[in-house]
Amino acid sequence: MWNLETHDALIKYFSNITHFVQTLSNGLKLTLKHLWESRTERDPMGIADEDYFLKDKGIATLQYPKESLPVPDHGRYKLHNEIDDCIVCDLCVKVCPVNCIEIEPIRATDIIGKTSDGTNKRIHAAKFDIDMSKCCFCGLCTTVCPTECLTMTKSYDFSTFDRADHVYEFAEMTPLQILEAKQAFEEKQKAKPTASAQSMKSSRDKVVFKPIMIKSKLPKKKDE
Amino acid sequence: MHTFLFYLPFLLFFVLVAVYGERKIAAFIQSRFGPMDVGPKGIFQTLADLLKMIQKEDIVPNAADKPIFLLGPILFFTVIFAGFSMLPLNSNMAGAAIESGVLLLMAVVSLDVLGILMAGWGSNNKFSLFGAVRAIAQIVSFEIPLGLSVLCVVMICQSMDLQEITRQQGLYTTDPIFLFGLKGMGIEVTQMGGLLSWNVVKSPLLLFSFLIFFIAGLAEANRAPFDLPESESELVGGYHTEYSGFRWGIFMLAEYGIMLLISFLAVILFFGGWNTPFFNMGSFQWAHWTMGSYWEVFWLLFKTYILVFVQMWIRWTYPRLRVDQLMTLSWKYLTPFGLLLVFLCGIWKLMML
Repeated sequence: MWNLETHDALIKYFSNITHFVQTLSNGLKLTLKHLWESRTERDPMGIADEDYFLKDKGIATLQYPKESLPVPDHGRYKLHNEIDDCIVCDLCVKVCPVNCIEIEPIRATDIIGKTSDGTNKRIHAAKFDIDMSKCCFCGLCTTVCPTECLTMTKSYDFSTFDRADHVYEFAEMTPLQILEAKQAFEEKQKAKPTASAQSMKSSRDKVVFKPIMIKSKLPKKKDE
Repeated sequence: MHTFLFYLPFLLFFVLVAVYGERKIAAFIQSRFGPMDVGPKGIFQTLADLLKMIQKEDIVPNAADKPIFLLGPILFFTVIFAGFSMLPLNSNMAGAAIESGVLLLMAVVSLDVLGILMAGWGSNNKFSLFGAVRAIAQIVSFEIPLGLSVLCVVMICQSMDLQEITRQQGLYTTDPIFLFGLKGMGIEVTQMGGLLSWNVVKSPLLLFSFLIFFIAGLAEANRAPFDLPESESELVGGYHTEYSGFRWGIFMLAEYGIMLLISFLAVILFFGGWNTPFFNMGSFQWAHWTMGSYWEVFWLLFKTYILVFVQMWIRWTYPRLRVDQLMTLSWKYLTPFGLLLVFLCGIWKLMML
């Protein structure tokens, strides 16, 4: 009865037992270590903190509404437009990949003010809406903004019960002001119809381009 | 009789504490907080859960076998609670005076299979049935190593009465106790009491018996890593899938009850029951100072709580066994070693005489 197979089976049987004992006790030690380390908990510290990577022990949970991680000042979360600095250039609308910014510009009759960096403002913003529920937080609009009025802020907790509440309106014009601005613009347009037509005509005269066909001088491939 | 009156309210209170404790221990092991909102540090969480649970509707599925479905959990709990009737509380308060207490306890605890089967079969649900069938296979197989490890103790103590077994492991013993039970060494520790008179020290082989007992006990209690009957990742809830409200609560109560019962039994059989762990040394009569009605209750409950903690610790450490691994563990490892230990304990007992 006693042969090599029985021998191997027996060795496997007892090595199994030692394996059980080792692995099971290792597991128990590990969990007990975690249980012991749970006396301490992580303080809500941001990545900028020097000790950020040192605190790897203890309870890792952050009880969010009661405490939260500090966010860097240049956090890329909610968009904010400083409407006083906005020249309504429409660049952000054009660059936005998800079309979440909606602008209604009204051209002013004259310079209506200056931004804080000295740029002249020539266009009224009748409407400047950003739909944060569409926003993909790519930050492209903030990069193209010439006056740096459109920025991403560090506020990230702006959940609402109604999705419509995610549309943030930055325009400050009252309906009356919008109406007045529109009327002013129309009156100015009426005042210079001929001028614009003349300029268009003169510009048409200057067009001299004509497509010229350049014949290829390369020898044509012969069919064989 | 008085003892039994202590255990019912104690069990209810224990379940409240243990559910909270288990959730906290689980959380700390996983570096979480656990319940934190209801009351300071969440201590009223279980109470709130209980309130919610007893307000829920007691749903009986249409296709279920109604009488069996309704009776299942009640039988399950009754059987487990009957097991508590045999437990002593201190040297004055014994449980039911049954000469063959251990045997009856084992028999009664085995009956919980019936409750599980009734619940699983009566639910008329495939998950419940799977759970019930697994529970039966598991509990029936683990009865054997459990019985063998208890047999070792019974052989050493020559008694099946739980109060008598406990009395032998301390100062109140009538027989002389020798260090490690070896009479040939001639070191008598009868008057020292404490740790030195416990069964695991009196007969060190019983430490291995205890391991077998504890593993088999975990399986009896359907605790992780042997929680196949109710493995929620595979069987939804196992045999209590279809239960809701208070009937589900009874299952919960019974589960924690059997967990506590197994711990009590382990303490009484191996770790001196209500006897103090401190022993007398010269003029320091630690054992005498820490013995007395209340001290004894304290020691019994303290040791039991430690074992309950170990059960929870194990639960949150190990992954669940597969069915074939479960059967292998029972039949190929625990049962042969149980038999071997019965043999060795017999020899040890001969050396104790």
